[in-house]
Amino acid sequence: MQGLDFSIVPEYLPLIGKGLWWTVVISVVSALFSIIAGMGFALIVLYASPVVRYPVRLFMWLFMGTPLLLQLFLIYFGLVQIGIDIPALWSGIIGLSLHFAVYNADIFRAGIVSLDKGQTEAARSLGFGAWQTRLYIVVPQALRNTVPAVGNMMIALLKESSIVSMIGIAELVHSAQLVISETYRPFEFYLTAAALYYVLNLILEAVLGRIERKVELSR
Amino acid sequence: MTDVRPMIEVRGARKFFGPLEVLKGIDFSVARGQIVAVIGPSGSGKSTLLRSINHLETLDGGEVWLDGVKVNQTLPRRAFEKHINSVRQQMGMVFQHFNLFPHLSVAENIAIAPMKLKGMAKVDARALALKMLDKVGLADKIDAFPARLSGGQKQRVAIARALAMQPKVMLFDEATSALDPELVDEVNLVMKQLAAEHMTMVIVTHEMRFAAEVADRVIFMADGAVVEEGKPDDLFRNPVQERTRSFLKKFLNG
Repeated sequence: MQGLDFSIVPEYLPLIGKGLWWTVVISVVSALFSIIAGMGFALIVLYASPVVRYPVRLFMWLFMGTPLLLQLFLIYFGLVQIGIDIPALWSGIIGLSLHFAVYNADIFRAGIVSLDKGQTEAARSLGFGAWQTRLYIVVPQALRNTVPAVGNMMIALLKESSIVSMIGIAELVHSAQLVISETYRPFEFYLTAAALYYVLNLILEAVLGRIERKVELSR
Repeated sequence: MTDVRPMIEVRGARKFFGPLEVLKGIDFSVARGQIVAVIGPSGSGKSTLLRSINHLETLDGGEVWLDGVKVNQTLPRRAFEKHINSVRQQMGMVFQHFNLFPHLSVAENIAIAPMKLKGMAKVDARALALKMLDKVGLADKIDAFPARLSGGQKQRVAIARALAMQPKVMLFDEATSALDPELVDEVNLVMKQLAAEHMTMVIVTHEMRFAAEVADRVIFMADGAVVEEGKPDDLFRNPVQERTRSFLKKFLNG
């Protein structure tokens, strides 16, 4: 039996750190895209003409009903067959973004529907058009009211981003695996990676807490 | 001769909610600078009538005119949207539940429409907001958020927000019904001040005393029809219709 020996970890920290960096980059970019696309989907599902609305609803339904891993494989390995060659990093970001956009869309849709209809009436009575009302009045309030729910999604996204290691992106889990294949020390390095995910989540939660408090002040 | 043209004119307004006819062909007009109070029991259609003036309710029949422009024109969808937005910019509306925008400060609540709809610069819009707040006695609340205001203060900000668009008319939909009794007066005071400035107003209200005090003309509605209208003194003291008498009696005793 091989004992635990963490003294080997510091030597490989630069490599692990690189993985950590890519995890952060992929997560932040995907989070932003998933929020923007999620709001876009929500607005389409609620307000767009049927020609646009139904394909988007079908797409959302398909994305909700299938695993993220499969979606990544389809984007990265599958699309090449029909001539769409997306690099691994972007495949990962697109997959994560769309996967979580679908969930965010559901949250935003509920957030928009639950707004008092007096808000829209007040804006319309001032002379705002339908889309202006959505842009200036509905969307900002929906975003604010859904901070906790979307925040939970973003915590999930950060952890799920590890799946992109499966298409060869050297994020945190992937770099841990690289180090392990060299050192045969799985426990030490998986634990290190786990600790780093935990720290990232603590930071994310602190950020979300700040946003929530800020939003709360204006209620 | 344009001066005799009414500011608001409603002709044969009809509206159905499902099988229920809530407006049964209403005619009325409001002259420039005139103040009309609309009273009547709940469900009489008075709010629906008011909301159809700025097309928050779509009439099923009849016409609405604002200052010589037909409000409910038949136009292609996009053209109508443009038309109605410009018409609405000329009509301020005050709601029972204030409907301030909770994500915006008091200043932003007032400034957003002039900025986004009239292209006013931010500094000018803030100056305008301050001027309007001064009018309603809330200049010190300019940077507060709506959640920090009392009901009476919220309604005064809502009035300031509507006034900032420099409307030709103001529509009040039971502006004090949701307020605690002790907060009603501060809102009524602002409305009286507007009356003194000859703002054209249509006031849907449950407050007979206020209607009598401020209105040039009172319209009593019941079951989707105008039962009786006249000067406040006549209508409140010597109502002609039995329906009006019983309504007023109930109100004065209750």
